[in-house]
Amino acid sequence: MVISRRATLSARVVVLIYLGLLLLLPLGVVFERTFAHGLAAAWGWITTPAAISAFWLSVIIAAIAVPLNTIFGVGCALVLVRSRARGRKVLDALIDLPFAVSPVIVGLALLLVYGQTGWFGTWFAHQGIRIIYAPTGMVLATIFVSLPFVVREVAPVLMEIGDEQEQAAATLGASGWQTFWRVTLPSIRWGVAYGVVLTTARALGEIGAVLVVSSNVAGSTLTLPLLVYQRDSQIGAGEISGAYAAATELAVMSLIVLLAMTVLGPRRNETK
Amino acid sequence: MGIATLYLSVIVLIPLAAVVAKAFSQGLSPFWDAVTNPLALKAIGVTLAVSVLVAGIGAVMGTLVAWVLVRDEFPGQRFVNALIDLPFALPTIVAGLTLLALYGPDSPFGLHLAYTRAAVVVALLFVTLPFVVRSVQPVLIELDREVEEAAASLGASNAVTFRRIVLPALRPGIMSGAALAFARSVGEIGALILVVGKVQIASIVIFADIESDAPSAAASLSVVLLAISLIVLFALRWFGGPRGGH
Repeated sequence: MVISRRATLSARVVVLIYLGLLLLLPLGVVFERTFAHGLAAAWGWITTPAAISAFWLSVIIAAIAVPLNTIFGVGCALVLVRSRARGRKVLDALIDLPFAVSPVIVGLALLLVYGQTGWFGTWFAHQGIRIIYAPTGMVLATIFVSLPFVVREVAPVLMEIGDEQEQAAATLGASGWQTFWRVTLPSIRWGVAYGVVLTTARALGEIGAVLVVSSNVAGSTLTLPLLVYQRDSQIGAGEISGAYAAATELAVMSLIVLLAMTVLGPRRNETK
Repeated sequence: MGIATLYLSVIVLIPLAAVVAKAFSQGLSPFWDAVTNPLALKAIGVTLAVSVLVAGIGAVMGTLVAWVLVRDEFPGQRFVNALIDLPFALPTIVAGLTLLALYGPDSPFGLHLAYTRAAVVVALLFVTLPFVVRSVQPVLIELDREVEEAAASLGASNAVTFRRIVLPALRPGIMSGAALAFARSVGEIGALILVVGKVQIASIVIFADIESDAPSAAASLSVVLLAISLIVLFALRWFGGPRGGH
């Protein structure tokens, strides 16, 4: 299509204005609100004991959920692409479930199974183990919502590289583990890395599912996103500013994630 | 395979089964009553209407954005391209807060959209922006421009070329992006919880039911919501979008 200069320009302007209004402007306003009272005040808000403990809880939950989902994701992708096991198709369809389920339903589901009166919850309660309204439940919720990312990134790469090299390694006498570590993993590493970045972003940012299973007590079961929510729903200018500061903290983390996505994105299908 | 299935069962399948079981624990008629009471019906209606609108606007604007990113060239294009993924990287609660800052009571432009359906639509447009753009973009890059040139040299106008050549090629990408955006909109809560006010969105109603200790009502509405998203995503798989292959 030969498109006139004017049409091209106006499309460009429309798109840039749309993206500016939708993405950049809101972000700018939050940064502005955070630093409106000066850098020291903003630093003060994110270093209150509640904010520091929320930061660490977010990091710890991600540090548990991301490795587990990565191991599961790579293993599951291998099963889906390489094995001929029965039920493979069913597993393939089920993997995507977490993307189709509303986070609030995830929370409800975990509540019904692991809550005090839930299916398994009563047993855990007898053992004195608390899952719901405790960090364990928040970890489960986070694992649930971020489960498919690694599988969905790694499976296409595995399909792309084929299994010739793996077979060659096996013919030359390599064990299953050796083949995985020396041949398979190096070729899928960018795909894995991209999946890990997406999983981390979701794990750090999740609110819907975590909100339901958290007791929302500052200092013990508040993550950073929950802190933003709680501060914003409380009255008082200081609290609102605290919400903006915590939001800015999260936004900075997500800009790092975005940078990682931009760097890793084009390389994820590279196999060397 | 065994371990993968166990992991998936403990974390995903058994809890979801519990929701379905809870919804029907008192039999079919209490479930039916729970989802057909006026409040639940209204919530489902509003959620569907909002999600269709978001998927529609998202499809048009997302395609335009993808077009400009692929066919146009301007300084800063790579930056804009990277920016598209921002909604996937940014925690949704922050997205909600930013929109509240812009359109809430302290709006710098005196725009008071917060706590209305318009605010819900804007929040969902933000959250779902990458879906259509990222599913149309690769198709547009692969698209053979010679066919378009051939059409033009045979006398087809731009409108005809677009409608007959370009759009059919892009349609699967647009459809799959819009379906993903729709499914996400139906279930979204993080970005909405601060801006929703009294608008009755299904996910918010479910949350309120859980908080007020009415898990059966919450489970019933959840089943309806689950069914809607699953139908859309299965339809997508069936008709085979770009992501449908694996």
